[in-house]
Amino acid sequence: MHRLLLAAIIGVLAPLSFANTPGAPELLNANVDLSDQAGLQNGAKLFVNYCVSCHSASFMRYNRIAADLGIPEDKVAQSMMFTTDKIGDTMTVAMKREDAETWFGIPPPDLSVIARARGADWIYSFLQGFYIDESRPTGMNNLYLPGAAMPHVLWELQGLKQPVFHTQTDELGKDRQVISHLEQATPGLLTEVDYKKNLRDLVSFLVYLGEPAKLVRYRVGVWVLLFLSVLLVAVYLLKREYWKDVH
Amino acid sequence: MNAIIRQLTGLRDWVDERFPLTKWWNDHLGQYYAPKNFNFWYFFGALSLVVFGLQIVTGIWLVMSYKPDADMAFASVEYIMRDVDWGWLIRYLHSTGASAFFIVIYLHMFRALLYGSYRKPRELLWILGMLLYLSLMAEAFTGYLLPWGQMSFWGAQVIISLFGAIPFVGEGLSTLIRGDYVVSDITLNRFFSLHVVALPLALVGLVFFHIIALHEVGSNNPDGIEIKKHKDANGKPLDGIPFHPYYTLKDSVGIVVFLMLFSVAVFFAPEMGGYFLEANNFIPADSMKTPEHIAPVWYFTPFYSILRANTVNFLWLDAKLWGVIFMGMGVMILFLLPWLDRSPVKSIRYRGVLYKSALGIFVVSFLILGYLGVLPVTEMRTAVAQICTVLYFLFFLLMPIYTKLDKTKPVPDRVTM
Repeated sequence: MHRLLLAAIIGVLAPLSFANTPGAPELLNANVDLSDQAGLQNGAKLFVNYCVSCHSASFMRYNRIAADLGIPEDKVAQSMMFTTDKIGDTMTVAMKREDAETWFGIPPPDLSVIARARGADWIYSFLQGFYIDESRPTGMNNLYLPGAAMPHVLWELQGLKQPVFHTQTDELGKDRQVISHLEQATPGLLTEVDYKKNLRDLVSFLVYLGEPAKLVRYRVGVWVLLFLSVLLVAVYLLKREYWKDVH
Repeated sequence: MNAIIRQLTGLRDWVDERFPLTKWWNDHLGQYYAPKNFNFWYFFGALSLVVFGLQIVTGIWLVMSYKPDADMAFASVEYIMRDVDWGWLIRYLHSTGASAFFIVIYLHMFRALLYGSYRKPRELLWILGMLLYLSLMAEAFTGYLLPWGQMSFWGAQVIISLFGAIPFVGEGLSTLIRGDYVVSDITLNRFFSLHVVALPLALVGLVFFHIIALHEVGSNNPDGIEIKKHKDANGKPLDGIPFHPYYTLKDSVGIVVFLMLFSVAVFFAPEMGGYFLEANNFIPADSMKTPEHIAPVWYFTPFYSILRANTVNFLWLDAKLWGVIFMGMGVMILFLLPWLDRSPVKSIRYRGVLYKSALGIFVVSFLILGYLGVLPVTEMRTAVAQICTVLYFLFFLLMPIYTKLDKTKPVPDRVTM
């Protein structure tokens, strides 16, 4: 009876759950690793060198990064702080919002919580999704965000990619050219494997940036659960003792 | 040692001559007799009280650092998450607490459906509980605007504009709620005021009345029979046990188990895959950019589905207004439960197959409606939502008939353990 009911429920729900937007390519897995401190440090370096010239992270303080990622404060001040000389300041940008709007059409978003809004996998895919498209003002387009206003900032590292098309027949019987994959057009400074490794560090840093507490949250959680387990035993034994009289 | 106890007893007597301290303790804990056969479903009343306390305490600390200002609200939440000592914990306790509140309340209400806890003489207790549920919905709705993310903003925009569907007064009413023509800083300020002052006051008052009403009529139990029918020579119910220490201790076990599950969510999955904290809400509110897909938080989605299921204009009213009417009725019809149920028995243990099936169908439709409410609409989903909406209402509308026709079992005289 129960199994029948369960089967009926699944039968009703299954056809309802396909929520994919058609046409969007599947996201790549970022495999974020917050326990890899060297990786996070590398991510921070990439972030300040390639992202912070346009994007702010205005909820994040430099000294917090220094403390959390185990980088000495004077080193952070030397190699990461380009817009301020106060270690307690947040990561702002020199570029004015109005200028940014004229240059890119939209001001580059603040990246403090971007990993929480978009998800790590999306950012990881997006940064690998750039391809040559002469029809765009930046000369580049993106598989995961068609018409992206952002130029391919990491092009030196990745090199340029061009799309490979194949023909697909849509439901109206018309043939369309769709991108099947990207191929290397010009080589970059890094090999594909190294580029991905660096992106993974960058995305891991963005995940940390989105929620610095994530570095301690799990650890505190384990202690809380341990405490509650001990408390549970004590409270349960006390309850059992009192309830002996109830028949 | 003896001297200290003598002094404390003296202090208690001193207070008792001036304030009914011992009397209150006995009336509501020490000599409040509750049926001895409470089962799993009876944990959720105490648990909602625990969650309520947690929300009040974490709320007090959040208000210390939160800024109810459209230009600063989003940043102040991130300030709490990063710069306030243990701020992330306070915030996650509060945001997870909101969802936990609805989980325990829905289970608490389901308990009433299982054992007929709304039946005479507990009608008023049920109505007070329903008022609590309505206030809780308002509390959750106003609170959800405060982080001032995209979902906060557009969720509020969509829900408030629903009032606009009401003929003649609708537009004026939604402007009155917003205090502006769009959701703005003014809306944020008044929602803040309602969320931290007005609604918590209402909740505290209603919780007080809910408990007073409960202790006046006494608790129901899984057998759905009155323990007050059989009393001993001292007037104590034979099947009753003092709430303290028996149920204070039993509930403590439940509370610790609950806190363990709650901690798993708080520490390991505070976003709960986007159900407790939505990804879009990490983008600051932008009145110029409508998100592709706007869905309320999970605890409102069954009613949101009912709203969207109405797609036909009829009887001179358009579909949107019917949606609002049905959504409103979907909540309000619960108030009538004590008078819709005509069964001679209260508990599901002694009800027949008709009520059991009806309740099963009702629960499944409610869950499907909730599930559909988080998804974007398609033709197929709307059709399913329409079927479930009809089933949802039929549970109530046909209740006087099927509860009367139902073949019930004989009820025992005394509670069974």
